[in-house]
Amino acid sequence: MKGMSLIVKTIGSWVKMLIFVFGVYIVLFGHLTPGGGFAGGVILASSYILLMLAFGKEQAQKNLPLSLVSRLDCLGAILFVFIAVIGLAFGGAFFVNFLHRQYWPGEPFALISAGIIPLSNIVIGLKVGASLFMVVFILSIFRPESPGDKKE
Amino acid sequence: MGMSIFYILLLFIVIAALIAVETKDLLSSVICVGAIGFGGSLMFLFLRAPDIAITQIVVEVLGLIILIRATISRDLTFITGDREFFGMVVSIVILFVIFLVGLKVFETLPDFGTSIFSIAPDAPSRTYIKDGLSGTGAANLVSAVILDFRAYDTLGEASVLFTSIIGATVILRKKSRKLLEETDE
Repeated sequence: MKGMSLIVKTIGSWVKMLIFVFGVYIVLFGHLTPGGGFAGGVILASSYILLMLAFGKEQAQKNLPLSLVSRLDCLGAILFVFIAVIGLAFGGAFFVNFLHRQYWPGEPFALISAGIIPLSNIVIGLKVGASLFMVVFILSIFRPESPGDKKE
Repeated sequence: MGMSIFYILLLFIVIAALIAVETKDLLSSVICVGAIGFGGSLMFLFLRAPDIAITQIVVEVLGLIILIRATISRDLTFITGDREFFGMVVSIVILFVIFLVGLKVFETLPDFGTSIFSIAPDAPSRTYIKDGLSGTGAANLVSAVILDFRAYDTLGEASVLFTSIIGATVILRKKSRKLLEETDE
């Protein structure tokens, strides 16, 4: 698994940043335009999957170690619950949009508006991206011992 | 235009699904599964649901990558053997039951293109549409529903994803398998 040809590597090194920025855009503008945390997180994961497919597993591991991905996954999950519990503490109910209702209403159609919805989008994007990258990485490491596998 | 685009896409999806089931080559079967997802994504787009279309096509691409990585460069690219008689009978019976239930369910649905309010005037989604912008401040109503009105669903979805990733990590990692073998010996 030393990656693909030079053409794929060159194109991939240009395109991966564009995909990453597009994923960040989809996550950040999830409360204004179509998209949201889940779709943006999958796009973020696919930018690193492109890196992994084009440059090989070692390069991807160097850029984004598996322990860091696992930590990001857990961080996203716990922050999502944390946002919900803050709603319980400040707004009086689990998952209530306290930021919009009481503290910071914001203008509709502005980037900073809608209270906890953009925060939840960011957290879910982090969580989904990390976990989907992790599952693809683990599946690509895993090789069942089939009788025809003579390369390794 | 109008309805015809949906019939064309539906025909495309049905043909791709039949090829995916019937072909003997595993790689072309996986590609046909991708074609099904692509047709579904186009359908969502023409039904004016761009949120679901984006999610569908992105997840479809990722799933296709995983399936191709799992099937290609293995020795098992060709399916051999016939189907069992008992399994076929069971699946035909289940399909028939689902068909009968589906007939009953589709009788209660409104006509294609008319809103659900024509048969259920006080559906909760009317509240979402009316109070979505003022209650949550989110311009994207889908975000408002999944992260504010129905945030519990999203919490459940996130925990399902988390649990499945933990399961995949535990089953598929290499180190613990080696450790287990060493402790066994």
